[in-house]
Amino acid sequence: MAAPGSVLASRRVRRFESFRAITAAAALITLVLLLAVAIFLVVKAIPALRADTASFLTAKGWQPDSTPPVFGVAALAFGTLLSSALALAMAVPVAVGVAVFIVEYAPKRIASWLGYAVDLLAAVPSVVFGLWGVVFLIPRMTGFQHWLATRFGWFPLFADPDGQTATASRSIFVAAVVLAIMVLPIVAAISREVLRQVDPALKEAALALGATQWEMVRMAVLAPSRAGIAGGVMLGLGRALGETIAVALVLGTSFAINWHVLTPGGNTIAANIANYFAEAGPTGRSALIASGLVLFAMTLFVNTVARTVIYRGAVRRGGDR
Amino acid sequence: MSKRIEVIGLSCYYGQYRAVADVTMTIEPKAVTALIGPSGCGKSTFLRSLNRLHEVVPGARIEGQVLLDDYDIYGSDVDAVMLRRSVGMVFQRPNPFPTMSIFDNVAAGLKLTRQKGKDLSDVVEQALVGAHLWDEVKDRLKKPAVALSGGQQQRLCIARAIAVEPEVLLMDEPCSALDPISTLAIEDLMAELKDRYTIVIVTHNMQQASRVSEMTGFFSLAAAGEPGKLVEFDATSKVFSTPTHKRTEDYITGRVG
Amino acid sequence: MTATTHSAHLATDGVHVWKIRGRRAVVNRLAAFAMYLAMGVALVPLIAVLWYTVGRGLSRFSLNFLTHSMAGVGPLDRNGGAYHAILGTVEQVLLASLMAVPLGLLVAIYLNEYGSRTMAAIVRLLVDVMTGIPSIVAGLFVFAFWVLALHKGFSGFAGSMALAVLMLPVVVRSAEEMLRLVPSAFREAAYALGIAKWRTILSIVLPTASTGITTGVMLAVARVTGETAPLLLTVFGNQYINGNPFHGAQSGLPLLIFQQASSAYPASVDRAWAAAFTLILIVVVLYVGARLLTRRDALNQR
Repeated sequence: MAAPGSVLASRRVRRFESFRAITAAAALITLVLLLAVAIFLVVKAIPALRADTASFLTAKGWQPDSTPPVFGVAALAFGTLLSSALALAMAVPVAVGVAVFIVEYAPKRIASWLGYAVDLLAAVPSVVFGLWGVVFLIPRMTGFQHWLATRFGWFPLFADPDGQTATASRSIFVAAVVLAIMVLPIVAAISREVLRQVDPALKEAALALGATQWEMVRMAVLAPSRAGIAGGVMLGLGRALGETIAVALVLGTSFAINWHVLTPGGNTIAANIANYFAEAGPTGRSALIASGLVLFAMTLFVNTVARTVIYRGAVRRGGDR
Repeated sequence: MSKRIEVIGLSCYYGQYRAVADVTMTIEPKAVTALIGPSGCGKSTFLRSLNRLHEVVPGARIEGQVLLDDYDIYGSDVDAVMLRRSVGMVFQRPNPFPTMSIFDNVAAGLKLTRQKGKDLSDVVEQALVGAHLWDEVKDRLKKPAVALSGGQQQRLCIARAIAVEPEVLLMDEPCSALDPISTLAIEDLMAELKDRYTIVIVTHNMQQASRVSEMTGFFSLAAAGEPGKLVEFDATSKVFSTPTHKRTEDYITGRVG
Repeated sequence: MTATTHSAHLATDGVHVWKIRGRRAVVNRLAAFAMYLAMGVALVPLIAVLWYTVGRGLSRFSLNFLTHSMAGVGPLDRNGGAYHAILGTVEQVLLASLMAVPLGLLVAIYLNEYGSRTMAAIVRLLVDVMTGIPSIVAGLFVFAFWVLALHKGFSGFAGSMALAVLMLPVVVRSAEEMLRLVPSAFREAAYALGIAKWRTILSIVLPTASTGITTGVMLAVARVTGETAPLLLTVFGNQYINGNPFHGAQSGLPLLIFQQASSAYPASVDRAWAAAFTLILIVVVLYVGARLLTRRDALNQR
């Protein structure tokens, strides 16, 4: 007969094993979930691809429910990339500047509050930004965009060959501005973390050599933080690529490959899905799913690069929050 | 090239808190002056007031005077940034810039004021020779500085500091993070450097102080919470054999930590 | 040493003058100015959006607005409210949390306490991948899986599934961080007393990390409350009150805002602003609550 102690021990071991099994099951469910996402998207995208495989990647136009169906993700992918790139170009300098300001220039007492304020920007839902963009920003941007087009029209992105900027302003540029506002807090928050972890001994070394504050920041703070900041930028890019609602509201339902960012037109994959979803027929829905797959591939790529860069950079996980 | 430093009635404050009280001493050129004393008695604070590095802490200030060759370094027309070109510093832990090569590290201070495009290799070589590091690194100047050993890194920091041709070299426990062999190498280096620079070294290692310095200052606290004071300042040989004050003697002989 | 090297601090008559060269001082000033400017630029949109939302939304915001739906209200009509949308959002977010939080916690416990090196690394990688799923793709997935393949149609529950997919990785990540912050000394003390591992986790580790985990959950909830895109594809929207999340299309606050904002009529846009005001209120309360909670966290290492 087993001694009482070992009975207790075996019961405890059983309980331990079952709890462990439960957590492992949870992890398994997560794996399955991710696989399911990939599988179902591919499965449901296939009908559309079969209907129009040859030109899915390059066709320009979106009439998947017509006969013959014509739809291509080229213009959308282009719009997605262009608007995101523009947004980053606007947001990153400001975001890094904000991070440097909070870590190096701001008076210590208000530095954390400023950080919270910038983080709050990330909490505002994108639909509110979209609404604000439509009602507040678009009317006010007409004048500015027209000025840009006339003054800087020699720059290919800013050209306005059909003279549209005088009256219309639902352009990729405005969408990019709204995207920039949404991407800013992400890049700023990550940059702040990276800058905060800089070894203070390096700052002292720079100052002891007779560096001004800015020179010290350049040499001892920004230089070692490049990798981490780059990672933050990529995560911001991922956010911008996937942003749906704000862009959908600002751009409306146009469809064109448009290099002239100041003129109306252009669309992104995500916004296109949002705008066409309600009226789409079966092929249409399938086509939208296919475009969603392309978007997923894009964000997956960007986020993977971001994580590798960040992990290789000096951001330590855990501890220094 | 090296200059005399005169400290007159210097007190160092962090806000209302007085960390160092009423220090008066004359630091002679072409010599090594060692500052010893137990932890927390203001030696480092005092050292940093000599190149105004303590000012990076908000609320830090001094009272009294510090004269570098009769010129008040706290004068109203003095920019601390430029002062630090004349008064260089080497720190406890070697801190080369991690993203820069050996060459770029040594040249870092020079790049701040040199005109663009000037060839810095001669100056870098001179500095590395002066820091006793040239032979070890001359074939890998473009390699990352962090690949060097601890002792080499500290000599690199010394090279970086002397590349801008200061007049005074402040050293805040430069060997405490190093192994004994590297420590001896740096002490030999100091014997050579004192011909060109005024050197002030803060050290916990009394044997080191007696080995390298001509003059020694002993800092101490009367009690916890009191400001640090300069208890004794005299020729090294005298301080370590027949100190004037009992507190000095207690510290030297190890009766007090 | 040549005379030129001393020119930085020697005037011609040999008197020491430590004055900084003009150009460097100017660059330093400009850089500082640029940093201040960047901070200002970053704050402007925050203030602008909040100010505008409160300004435009408050006037249309009222008890009436909160307690009526859009039943029978056309785009030109000046009445109508957000009750059905608020109800929908509350139900969807609640269901999503019920699914995502326990699951996420368990995964975090697995990653931090039980997982082997390789398994944990794989799961962590996949969780990271999941963080990057755009919200619309999450919606597309549930649409493809639930609405189409299983023929279940639109419902609040479908929406909550999409939201759960979005919440899960965030909960896992923040819970894992919090669990990691619990010093191993706590666990070791418990083991030394003969307490089993599962018990240690449940009665010692989790409570210690609970504030941090709650904060993470609140932030995740705040995030998904504002998500529109997944709702578009799964919940679809509804003018009428639908209290049953498991059957039939519902509305949701972000969805309502989107639909009203897409309309050209001022009455609709006014409703959009009021709904936006409501949504921001909820999100900001959650966000500020989470931040305040962080300050009281025993493990806060800030």
